[in-house]
Amino acid sequence: MNIIESLRIALRALSANKLRAALTMLGVIIGVAAVILLVAIGTGVQDEITGSIEGLGSNLVFVFAGNMEEGTGGGPGGMTTKRFNLEDAELLQRRLGPEHAVVPVVNGPLTLRVGNRTMRSTVAAANEYADDVFGGEYLGGRTYRRSEIAASARVIVIGATVRDRLFPNQDPVGKPISVNGQRFTVIGHVAAAGGSLAGDQDNQVYMPITTAQRLIGTTDVGLIAVKAADPNEVERMQERIRQILAPRFGEEFSVFSQEQTLGMFQQILGTLTLMLAGIASISLLVGGIGIMNIMLVSVSERTREIGIRKAVGARTYDIMSQFVIEAVTLSVVGGLVGVALGAAGAAVLATWVPTEVTAWAVALAFVFSAGVGIFFGAYPAYRASRLDPIEALRYE
Amino acid sequence: MVHAKGQEPDGLLAEGRVVLEARGVAKCYHLGEVDVHALRGVDLSIIAGEMLSLMGPSGSGKSTLMHIIGLLDRPTEGTVVVEGEEVSSMSPNELAAVRNRRIGFVFQSFNLLARTSALANVELPLVYAGVSGAERTRRARAALERVGLGDRLGHMPNQLSGGQQQRVAIARALVTEPSIVLADEPTGNLDSASGVEVMEMLQQLNAHGITVVIVTHDDTVAHHAQRIVHIRDGRISREEHVGERIVAAEHASVALETANEADE
Repeated sequence: MNIIESLRIALRALSANKLRAALTMLGVIIGVAAVILLVAIGTGVQDEITGSIEGLGSNLVFVFAGNMEEGTGGGPGGMTTKRFNLEDAELLQRRLGPEHAVVPVVNGPLTLRVGNRTMRSTVAAANEYADDVFGGEYLGGRTYRRSEIAASARVIVIGATVRDRLFPNQDPVGKPISVNGQRFTVIGHVAAAGGSLAGDQDNQVYMPITTAQRLIGTTDVGLIAVKAADPNEVERMQERIRQILAPRFGEEFSVFSQEQTLGMFQQILGTLTLMLAGIASISLLVGGIGIMNIMLVSVSERTREIGIRKAVGARTYDIMSQFVIEAVTLSVVGGLVGVALGAAGAAVLATWVPTEVTAWAVALAFVFSAGVGIFFGAYPAYRASRLDPIEALRYE
Repeated sequence: MVHAKGQEPDGLLAEGRVVLEARGVAKCYHLGEVDVHALRGVDLSIIAGEMLSLMGPSGSGKSTLMHIIGLLDRPTEGTVVVEGEEVSSMSPNELAAVRNRRIGFVFQSFNLLARTSALANVELPLVYAGVSGAERTRRARAALERVGLGDRLGHMPNQLSGGQQQRVAIARALVTEPSIVLADEPTGNLDSASGVEVMEMLQQLNAHGITVVIVTHDDTVAHHAQRIVHIRDGRISREEHVGERIVAAEHASVALETANEADE
């Protein structure tokens, strides 16, 4: 008996119990769709973050406090280690020379209020080279000046979401805004850029680093970004930065090129994506158990049929393959529907979250679902193939 | 039903080729503490082309004997030889292959696959024999035409009368051109008209050279055969050559007409 024959028998058996087949498939459909969808989100986010880091240019170097290469610290700016301050940034700028831009960055949450409208936001505060290094397209107004940094002036540049929420249908430039209860003046607003490295960029505000430090109440600097004049100099510059900072920090700092940062993020996000896939696979497992359950029911219901088939010459292998193929048909059809559903879901979600349905995720989900059919179909099929023909024929 | 003389002279049976042979077959079931001896040493030779009845009351062991000579069950002692082949040492899969090629079954309860057309039911043994596609359909169709159901190919078992279902089962038993057809109480679930129809069919097949074994407790059914082997308490108690054989119809064409009338 060949595969096509077995497939025909399987399809006939399944179509005899359409509702049951559909419900059994639903378990696999949900499992596969969940895998596809979650992996699509993971991959999409990963791609976007990768893109936004790459968009910064290949001549960037990031300097974090704490030794991350040894894996002992608690992530960027490790908790227990000495932090950078503005003097470290100035030292770097002085020693590296004016052709390279050194930008200290402070990040932190804050509350914005205009009239009776309030929203939470995050600040990315830096110095006058910020726009050279990170880019940013102004829709109106300007960035902060060097003099405003020196004076810790209460000036602020707002992102697109902030503008839309707090200044709907108005030009915000020159308007007052309350930041953590202090009065600031909006000097510029930037174009929408979408989600990125630090979450939603459009929800951010920008201000002089000195202003932010005073607002948050710190003299620390989160990280120092250095832009080399020439991408070919990056490696040499990393070495220079290490030499400059070593007397002050010893081993307690890390210097990453854009490439290394990219690698680090990709590793973290890749692990995260795998974790999502793992969680989603649990539902696929549950779907597989559903298949096994229904196949066991099916075998005992069709004991007599098995007896008839054996009497007219079906071998153990024929009965076994009949039921395995039936289980695999359930899981593969479920898998295909699940892939379609997951891809459709990813397309719909793309409005809010970056998603990307990759070929490997589809292939994996598909192969996995077929494997689920084989694995969970094997035992019921084995039981069926072992039935004694006389017992099976007597079965009512 | 018409009574007529058995047509074959006894000499033919005596000289005929042995299709299937049981040698010292015994079967013992262990039910808890008790051993039940269903068969206690049976020797039986089935001759090519004969029509034989295995007759006995329920519990006599005749069904067990049929299962054993049909290779559905194994004897605890003794051997079965099919077409000169010793089967007791065969694996379940080898037995399945011998059943498929050499033996056709007709059961009391028809045992057709539900929700499966008459044609597909008859094709079933050919599926397992590895006959594919057009050839399979052609042979199944021919077998159904042979039992007078050429116009019922696409009917499902529940759309057919009992007699018609049993004729589908006969077609299924025939389609692989087996050495022997084993019929276990073939009329047991049928009204008498359908029963006659089925017996006509079996006699007709036998007249065309197919070896038929009927297992029954019914004396009338048994007397359609040329030879009756009586079984009692797991042993062959008596063997009888039927002088006044019951012929269900005078000849085939009449049989077919009455069969069709019975269907209407």
